[in-house]
Amino acid sequence: MSQVLLETLMAAPYVTRFGVRLEMKGTELTGILPFDNDLVGNPLIPALHGGAVGAFLEIVSSGALLASQPMARLPKPIDVAIDYLRPARAQDVYARAIVARSGRRVANVRAEAWQGRTDAPVATFHGHFLITPESTHPAT
Amino acid sequence: MSEDDDIQSRLDSIAPLIVAGSPHAVVLGFRIDGLTPGHAVMSAPYSEELVGDPESGILHGGVVTALLDHACGMAAFGGLGARDTPATLDLRIDYMRPARAGLDVTAEATCLKSHGLVAFVRATAHDGDIDDPVAIAQAAFMITKASQAAQERARKVFSQGGKL
Repeated sequence: MSQVLLETLMAAPYVTRFGVRLEMKGTELTGILPFDNDLVGNPLIPALHGGAVGAFLEIVSSGALLASQPMARLPKPIDVAIDYLRPARAQDVYARAIVARSGRRVANVRAEAWQGRTDAPVATFHGHFLITPESTHPAT
Repeated sequence: MSEDDDIQSRLDSIAPLIVAGSPHAVVLGFRIDGLTPGHAVMSAPYSEELVGDPESGILHGGVVTALLDHACGMAAFGGLGARDTPATLDLRIDYMRPARAGLDVTAEATCLKSHGLVAFVRATAHDGDIDDPVAIAQAAFMITKASQAAQERARKVFSQGGKL
């Protein structure tokens, strides 16, 4: 767990602007993106902006990495791939991330976002992050 | 009138709605710099409100993600004939380097191929020099039933002289 960095991640102006929250229950981290009209990409459907959902999944993935181990710095995304499975409706979005592999320099994270039902995800995410685990970065 | 002129005139007529019609694009301050069939250039102005790392003042990656998605969508829209708005199927982004604090980010998107309902798009995001990209993206778009139904509703409202 990297409590201080988690707080830094969640205090970023962009993150607070869109009201993203992380809730820790036991060892499971759930991200919440509360519905806001400012997140709507296409008002005709209406659907949330794909970029907003992608950014949310990226934040939750960084959060899951910081919750999984002590780190010296914030994870930096190297590449991300987002599959959009359904239009994200004008409702809250939830997401959970799984750290598939975490090495000394790079971590591989998968995440899923859903609205009504966890078994009907609106988007799935897969990304690599550059990380600095505390153990490989002794305090100087 | 050639088909491209036809698409261009539809793009020109819808251009004012591309940002104004999308609340998220409005909030992020997106600006259209160029829109031709299969090609879109769009910028996100630097804003302290959208910073991801207060220490460095760098824009949050989410701004770049949304900008690339929006620009790719516009290139796909033109590439597919500028009638129906396509939905994003997938979006893959390589983050080459952080955008410099204080600089606007521009995304240039090109529709590589469109075929029936599907369009393939590639885009580059940069902060002034396209040869020194911030990120590159590749995306696939598709005209879906949900997007067609939404378009139909919009046409009805327009034909009755109403506003969205």
